[in-house]
Amino acid sequence: MNQARLERNGIAFACMILFVASLGGIFEIAPLFTIENTVEKAPGMRPYTPLELAGRDIYVREGCYACHSQMIRTLRSDVERYGHFSLAAESMYDHPHQWGSKRTGPDLARIGGKYSDAWHVAHLKSPRALVQGSVMPGYGFLAENRLDTQSLAPALTALSRAGVPYSDAQIAHAEQDAVYQADPDALNEDELIERYGDNVQVRDFDGNPGRVTEMDALVAYLQMLGTLVELEALNPEEIAR
Amino acid sequence: MNRSIEILIELVAVLIVMGLGIAILGWGRDTGYVLQGWLIAGVAGWGAMWLINRLNAPTPKIPLQYKDEVTKWAVLACFGWGVLGFTFGGLLAWQLAIPALNGDMAWSNFGRIRPIHTTAVIFGFGGNALLATSYYVVQRTSRARLASETLPWLVLIGYNLFVLLSVTGYPLGITQSKEYAEPEWYADLILLITWVGYLWLYLATLARRAEPHIYVANWYYLGFIVVIAMLHTVNNLAVPVSFAYAKSYPLFPGVQDAMAQWWYGHNAVGFLLTAGFLGMMYYFLPKAAGRPIYSYRMSILGFWGITFLYLWAGSHHLHYTALPDWVQYLGMTMSIILLVPSWGTVFNGLLTLNGAWDKVRTDPAIRFIMVAILFYGLTTFEGSFLAIRPVNTLSHYTDWTVGHVHAGALGWVAFITFGVMYKLVPWLWQREGTYSLRLEAWHFWLALTGAVIYVGAMWNSGITQSLMWQTYDASGAFTYSFMESVDAMRPYYTARAIGGLLYLLGALVGAFNIYMTINGPRRSARPAEAGPLMQPAE
Repeated sequence: MNQARLERNGIAFACMILFVASLGGIFEIAPLFTIENTVEKAPGMRPYTPLELAGRDIYVREGCYACHSQMIRTLRSDVERYGHFSLAAESMYDHPHQWGSKRTGPDLARIGGKYSDAWHVAHLKSPRALVQGSVMPGYGFLAENRLDTQSLAPALTALSRAGVPYSDAQIAHAEQDAVYQADPDALNEDELIERYGDNVQVRDFDGNPGRVTEMDALVAYLQMLGTLVELEALNPEEIAR
Repeated sequence: MNRSIEILIELVAVLIVMGLGIAILGWGRDTGYVLQGWLIAGVAGWGAMWLINRLNAPTPKIPLQYKDEVTKWAVLACFGWGVLGFTFGGLLAWQLAIPALNGDMAWSNFGRIRPIHTTAVIFGFGGNALLATSYYVVQRTSRARLASETLPWLVLIGYNLFVLLSVTGYPLGITQSKEYAEPEWYADLILLITWVGYLWLYLATLARRAEPHIYVANWYYLGFIVVIAMLHTVNNLAVPVSFAYAKSYPLFPGVQDAMAQWWYGHNAVGFLLTAGFLGMMYYFLPKAAGRPIYSYRMSILGFWGITFLYLWAGSHHLHYTALPDWVQYLGMTMSIILLVPSWGTVFNGLLTLNGAWDKVRTDPAIRFIMVAILFYGLTTFEGSFLAIRPVNTLSHYTDWTVGHVHAGALGWVAFITFGVMYKLVPWLWQREGTYSLRLEAWHFWLALTGAVIYVGAMWNSGITQSLMWQTYDASGAFTYSFMESVDAMRPYYTARAIGGLLYLLGALVGAFNIYMTINGPRRSARPAEAGPLMQPAE
């Protein structure tokens, strides 16, 4: 269809725009769902536990992604500073992704286990008390807020509708599991491990064993970031890009 | 279309929105979310009453004039959101320079405030500028009145309701965290319904045109409307938890979500902040300068080039990430080719000024538009440059990206908007001219100084930051800790905040000038203007 005719017909023009503009997405996004090696096989990956998910929702709510990335690129300077480059599989259960676009603060993709729980709690409450010159805001209020566990079962249901393989048992016990994971005595650790595997960290995270707070959830999330995949067990051919 | 059928369809749409609001205020658990439900139900309820009244009233005689009242309100909304968005931008800049300004309270911290700034300027300021000018331009270039008496108002109100829901939701923590698509599912639904109305209105008005051809400006406005509809729908596909919560989980996981997000993010820039504003340029520049567009061929090349290529470029936001390499290389290639239609359009704009370059000196509005085109050229060159993979290793995750975006937003989008508004407002309100040319010039120089300081500071901080992250000593260890790179940013953050402050001051001078223009005396005699043509009754 030539331009002279096209610009005499509004609807045809609009359809042509839609056709021309949709090509990029059709050729770049659609294949990502079908090409098999887009997401590699990574031993150890599992969906978030309810407490970690609650922490992740808090991370999203507070807009942490505005200043922290969770994506270690394949560059030497990234890998040496932050650890093994991020795999696509490591965000396969992330709705939405948190790769970020800015590092006003450091990358957090493998922050898990690098600092103690107490460090995280103190740092979140008052960043400049621990890191001189930090420009991060304080998040002391998280330690005051009791965690809303009621919304976790519907949240897991919604995620399973989006394709995260949560079992019926995981959904049914979501509220309980969140409390179990923050239990200082880890009385029900076996149940959690049965449902989520043995790479679940069970303890009181916020230094306040009496209640489950938003701080518990956020620190639980930070402490698992980048720790799930057994990096030594990876097949180098599989992850080569 | 029959008038009462049209109003009935609109009424159904408004009642659906009202039902959504009632469901939220009924089932919602958090106070803030419930208040948003009340806001939706209230606005939609008022709209429904208004439509029902119209339905009962006898058919009014539609005057043979352009429908400009609604355009005026869009202009006012544009300035209102603009000043709000710039103010929040300034606040954020100072929060980085002086972290104590965060207040360490949930609603006042940087992370929750930032999307208020981006939404208020992109969708509030930019979006309303596009609504206003598209309503104005489609009528003049078609020589036809807008195709509906009610729909233009519903689109304006629905759109601004979306912006209001978004910016009031963020401080409460209501966000899906996808940059520039932060609003949750219910706000997204309202925008989708509104957008269908906007597209319908635009096509119906074009269908009534008394000109054989659709003018270039309308291609761009149409491109903006159609592509934003596609992007918004795909990128916001999500599974809401339930009516009880504002929260939803996006449908796509990890790598696919990242690609969809930056396909969206890059093209919100491409089609809202570029195509829409190029539409503005193609109408207002020739009108203001009194010169025809330099080349019709170049405008065809530019339009289809941008429409095709932009959509492939999003993956350059994900270089060296877990996104497959083939998508990264494809995105980089298309981003570089994109420079051709972009610069073709730049030259088409600049060469249009041939024979009228003296007006750049005497007319600050034309100076605004001319400098906007220069910034557009600078930013599109920089964009293609930053999309090259090795260059991207230096710029990505740093303030260079922030500087790049603001060269586009402050220099291109806002400059052309201000230039156009200084022409449009006197035309719409039938004034001799703006209240004060001197204030226009003050605005121009304040804005230019502010933008140059801002962008310069961010270039410096971005490159410094990135080089510090990549510097090794002789033994192969990092020379700088991350914190040392944060410390090095301090002077640049302060400079950026000062640049932003100058820009805000300029915008306030501009808003005052516009206010005084509107409040001033009407033009004594209305010059003959080509009105809509008489058309046979349908």
